[in-house]
Amino acid sequence: MTSAASIHNRKSRSIFADLMSSKGQAVLLLLPPALLLFTLFVALPLFDAAYYSLFKWNGYGTPTDFVGLDNFRQVLNHGIFWESVRNTLIVLAVSLFIQLPLALGLALMIYEKTPANTLFRLVFFLPYILAEIASGLIWSFVFDGNSGVASAIFKSLGMDPVFILADRHWAFLAITLVVVWKYFGFHMMIFVAALQSVPKELLEAARLEGAKRWEVVRFVQVPLIGAAIGVSAFFAVVGSLQLFDVVIPLTNGGPSNSTHTIVTYLYSFGLTRNRIGFGSAVGVLLFLAAVGVSIFYQYQTNRRSK
Amino acid sequence: MNLSIRMLRNTALFLSLSASTVLAQTTVNILRPEVPANEKAYYDQVVSEFEKTHTGVDIAFEYLANEAYKQKLSMLLQSDAKPDLIYSWAGGVLAQQAEAGVLQDITAVMSPEWEDSLSAASLAAFTVDGKVYGIPTNANEVVFWTNTDLANKAGIDLSAIKTWDDFLAAVKKAKAAGVTPILAGGKDKWPLHFYYGYLMVREAGKDGLAAAIAGEGDGFASAPFIKAGEDFKALLDLEPFQPGFMDTTFEQATGMFGDGKGIFHLMGDWDYGTAKQNSATGKGIPDEKMATVRFPVVAGGAGQATDTFGGINGFAVVAGAKPEAVEFLKYLSSRENQAEAGAEGLFIPVTKGADDRMSNPFFKQMSAALVASSFHQIFLDQALGSDVGATVNDAAADIAQGAATPEEAAKTVQDAWSVR
Repeated sequence: MTSAASIHNRKSRSIFADLMSSKGQAVLLLLPPALLLFTLFVALPLFDAAYYSLFKWNGYGTPTDFVGLDNFRQVLNHGIFWESVRNTLIVLAVSLFIQLPLALGLALMIYEKTPANTLFRLVFFLPYILAEIASGLIWSFVFDGNSGVASAIFKSLGMDPVFILADRHWAFLAITLVVVWKYFGFHMMIFVAALQSVPKELLEAARLEGAKRWEVVRFVQVPLIGAAIGVSAFFAVVGSLQLFDVVIPLTNGGPSNSTHTIVTYLYSFGLTRNRIGFGSAVGVLLFLAAVGVSIFYQYQTNRRSK
Repeated sequence: MNLSIRMLRNTALFLSLSASTVLAQTTVNILRPEVPANEKAYYDQVVSEFEKTHTGVDIAFEYLANEAYKQKLSMLLQSDAKPDLIYSWAGGVLAQQAEAGVLQDITAVMSPEWEDSLSAASLAAFTVDGKVYGIPTNANEVVFWTNTDLANKAGIDLSAIKTWDDFLAAVKKAKAAGVTPILAGGKDKWPLHFYYGYLMVREAGKDGLAAAIAGEGDGFASAPFIKAGEDFKALLDLEPFQPGFMDTTFEQATGMFGDGKGIFHLMGDWDYGTAKQNSATGKGIPDEKMATVRFPVVAGGAGQATDTFGGINGFAVVAGAKPEAVEFLKYLSSRENQAEAGAEGLFIPVTKGADDRMSNPFFKQMSAALVASSFHQIFLDQALGSDVGATVNDAAADIAQGAATPEEAAKTVQDAWSVR
């Protein structure tokens, strides 16, 4: 008893002492703003959304029409929702299996510090700097069947102009193209930074052993930047789940709601239609998916670091 | 995400509005979607005259882009930064707002003279359960804006277009002559709902629509509504629109009409101004080379030729609005002020007798059709509320692309209506 009490005493004294230390004072001073912002803008809206998702509510007044899990049932029975899930998965797959290899390939070509490489890095990174809405608009001009670059190419080949964004089968492909164009530079920069930190001695040693260029990449460079690839893949997955602002100016989810991602679906069918409860249900599902991805990622990185 | 954006927005608006209230004793804030420069000048003029006779009152108009306005409203109306008056397209959206208690019932403060000065049908659009929540200022009818030069070239006799079959025949003639028959802003969807919606009015008529809204029988999935979709499909089978119409916005389509790229454009009165403004020259087609054609009737339809489809727009009074706001609304809707708007060709006024000075020949025709209207259906995407309204727009776009059959489209609308 006494020993337990004294341990407790010592513990509380040590916490108190910790707080009084300069480091502790810094924590006391700096934590509240961050915690407050997190609570206000992340935690509270999250709980709000979870609460609203149980109501049929148009956003006016307070929600009163409790419908249980009916909103979730409606979401899960809605064909367009599953189409948006499918589209999100397509973006995810394209990001992981086309965008990342492309970014890695380019990074391998231009990671060394030379003036020409700096120029290429800048050019490849440029799309990422542009605002999403601006790039969406630019590409909607490119794809325009009347005056766009795409139609000019078709015309010069003696073919009829194609209105790719008006085509239910091809519009989403155009969007994935823009997504790859927009974000490959970002992943490339992550890879460039990682490749530059790979010790030169290892590369030289491999070459002395007679490893070819491809073998150096395959057995030395890629394994050594594994962590960076993991981070990149994580960003690609999270980015795919959040994809919104490129789609809106390009197709606004059309034609015939065939190019929605989960977030544009939430926006179109939840917010713009004043179905806040329904939209919240979609938000909750998206949140669960994102949490699932995070847990999986943490699990993978922990396992690797062990 | 939702809440945080709302809070940021409200804080910003609150700060900006509270800063302006300090300057005058009373400020009446009016929020409305963006309008052309000449209409803004008109409001400025009305405001300055009102302020002359009402010292200490400051009327402040604020304009927002159309889509942004619609999406911002529901959050804004529940914040401390809510305006006193808002622009409204009446219909189900207005009813939702009234039910939620964010609008003010002004029935009691309306004098009988004021009430009498407005056309009964338009005031009814701003009345929910016998209570008046706003004042209509303008009405319009959706018509085919027509390029007469191109119509002549294709050998189309506009005066002969009375029925839907006549119209289809005209479209065929245009196709044969190698002229684009119709321009449509399909990307925005609502321009396509004008076809679907007007055909519903023609097929189902006043009673049919009332029955569907009341949820009788199969509602919007009943025979007349499927027939409306089939009529629309009969037009689409002729491939009447410009290529890639699903990637064309309303703004682009109206500009194309102004550039003389097609014969017909189905739109309301605002197309007169926007077609000029969005054309390459900024001048559009000269008036003498333009005509309006009323939407044709369908054989065997329950609707009458005198039924009209379009909008009744005005200003709704927000709950807790200052008394001066209603006072200003009364002044704005006075016969003199509305007649002035009509004379300047800004819109078609609904105050009785205010159409006498109208100068725009096309607006005069619309006004006559509206006066003679046996039944005026407000745009369905407004009348049915924001959710079902968007579903109607989607359904129209789906039929237009062959993504849904008329039966499927009608069922989608009915499903949305039954769970609203």
